[in-house]
Amino acid sequence: MTNQGDDLRAKRIEAIRERYGDHVPVELLADVAGELLAVTKGGMSSETDLFSDLRDLANYIHEARMEIASLRPDEVGETLIPSATDELDAIVEATATATNSIMDATEEIENACADLDQDMQNGIMDITSKIYEACTFQDITGQRITKVVTALKNIEDKVDGLVEAFSDEIEAAKAEQKIKDDANQDVVKVINEKDDLLEGPQLAGQGSNQSDVDALLASFD
Amino acid sequence: MAVDKNMSILIVDDYKTMLRILRNLLRQLGFANVDEAIDGSSAMQKVKQGDFHLIISDWNMEPMTGLQFLKEVRADDKHKHIPFIMVTAESKSENVIAAKEAGVSNYIVKPFNAETLKAKMVSVLGDF
Repeated sequence: MTNQGDDLRAKRIEAIRERYGDHVPVELLADVAGELLAVTKGGMSSETDLFSDLRDLANYIHEARMEIASLRPDEVGETLIPSATDELDAIVEATATATNSIMDATEEIENACADLDQDMQNGIMDITSKIYEACTFQDITGQRITKVVTALKNIEDKVDGLVEAFSDEIEAAKAEQKIKDDANQDVVKVINEKDDLLEGPQLAGQGSNQSDVDALLASFD
Repeated sequence: MAVDKNMSILIVDDYKTMLRILRNLLRQLGFANVDEAIDGSSAMQKVKQGDFHLIISDWNMEPMTGLQFLKEVRADDKHKHIPFIMVTAESKSENVIAAKEAGVSNYIVKPFNAETLKAKMVSVLGDF
């Protein structure tokens, strides 16, 4: 490409020499200079275009990386996925507790029926069997949730890889976010306060129990 | 031959809730001599130490799965004759085939009911 450009440039300069000769009158200097400039620019255009394309590509890649970093994949790995898995674990625990409570009550019903006649005992046993059968839902939901948790952990691993690859951009995005947060502190505070009212059931040890709520209410008296 | 309802049964599942459900359903069927284990390896230890007449086991357990447990039981000359019912949510045909090839006596898909449990036990032990 460069050799072809040189050849073309040499031919065009030769053509100018043939047209104006080796000694150019002063009044034609501007024309010759213009034509020489055109030759020079023309010869360099392919290299300039290539450089420009590469620069555009670099800018595009940089912007893409910044956009990915601004999505804050580090938050997904550090906060969102662990929070989701904790919630799912809490579901399994809550359903297990509820299932055991149901079975406690069912066993008490069976024990209370020990003195009834056989027909009545059989009738109640049919009903309690159905309760035990229904309780198998806990085992199935537990297994399904375990599969989801495993999938989330796989996603977490991939996100961790992404975070590592974009660590510089993520740090820049964090710094940029901090500047914005500082500038809009009041707005951010209002948004956070709004979100705080919609966090749903709390995990064990994270929320207030009834005693805490009672004490808090009493503190207003 | 009549089924001895005092026979010793080993139930194996890593979900304690499921062990409790199985124990209650078996009690309602008249079988109260029930021991339990929470995975294949602890179940295999109990098999070697005990005298069980029926094993009812889950498949999906760690570190030893129900299928590995079944294979170990079938590979043990002294205990390979024990009827083995798999009770599992693994319902793909390849699972059933693998269990059958490993020597399972019957196969129950979760969720199940008392009627299915009784029917599979009858098919393995005889009517009761």
